[in-house]
Amino acid sequence: MEAPQEQWPDAVPVVRPYAMTSGRTTPVRGAFDLISIVLATRPPERDDGLHPESAQIIRHSQEPVSVAELAAELDLPAGTVMVLLGDLLAQRLIVTRSPTPARGVASRPVIEAVIHGLSTL
Amino acid sequence: MDSVRSDAVPVVLPTAVKILIAGHFGVGKTTMVGAVSEIRPLRTEEMLTDAGIGVDDLSGVEAKTHTTVAMDFGRITISRDLVLYLFGTPGQDRFSFLWDELAAGAIGAVVLADTRRLKESFACIDYFEDRETPFVVAVNCFDGGDRFTPADVQLALNLDPGTPVLLCDARNRASSRAVLVALLQHVLSLPV
Repeated sequence: MEAPQEQWPDAVPVVRPYAMTSGRTTPVRGAFDLISIVLATRPPERDDGLHPESAQIIRHSQEPVSVAELAAELDLPAGTVMVLLGDLLAQRLIVTRSPTPARGVASRPVIEAVIHGLSTL
Repeated sequence: MDSVRSDAVPVVLPTAVKILIAGHFGVGKTTMVGAVSEIRPLRTEEMLTDAGIGVDDLSGVEAKTHTTVAMDFGRITISRDLVLYLFGTPGQDRFSFLWDELAAGAIGAVVLADTRRLKESFACIDYFEDRETPFVVAVNCFDGGDRFTPADVQLALNLDPGTPVLLCDARNRASSRAVLVALLQHVLSLPV
């Protein structure tokens, strides 16, 4: 039997990320993974009625950015960010590109380009 | 999951690819990510919740339905259209479902190994062999570690002869880049 403090770890806001997504764990729209690239379709607006975290996503995705980077910037679990991104995608406030080919293996030209880049950068 | 091409707009977003840096705790995964990344390694946390039950061995700790797993990652911008992400994968067996998520779509993996604790690399190696994820073994040459040849390590780890083994210094950018290039060349050498 674990000690009580083991069962309820120091995790500060374990519930909060789910509250932020109204308990949802799957995006309404889109299939995101950690390296899905996201770009906002418009500049951040001061009074756009978005939740603060969604507004933060818009602010941080004015240039193409990955889901992993957004999660790190917002200090939220990646799963939570994906749910928020699904809402923003449904509202057409972002566009996204899943890794190509989606969840498959990169093509030979892409791998060659990475080798070239690593060797010359 | 299906690919998403929704809301197609005339914007070209970069292609993103990823490589995993795996290995046991303390072997230097984050060091290697940091050595090659153009950004300071970032940390993202993922929650283990109900999704992990059945995959994770949570027996005996039923009350603990949430725990977080941290991953460090870095980025190398290859060009305006192509970005490489490197993920240091948490080493513990119980996070294997997270590995599945990470390994999906990865070009391949670097298994970082330490000759003082070689047997701790078995779990990683088995995982990538089972999944048929291409990988190379990079021996991080710690001060004080015995100097083995790559052939010794290959034998000790019972690797397929086709799996490259390299010596490296995970702190060194050129050395770590050479490991990544070796992995990519290995991937290209595999039959399609």
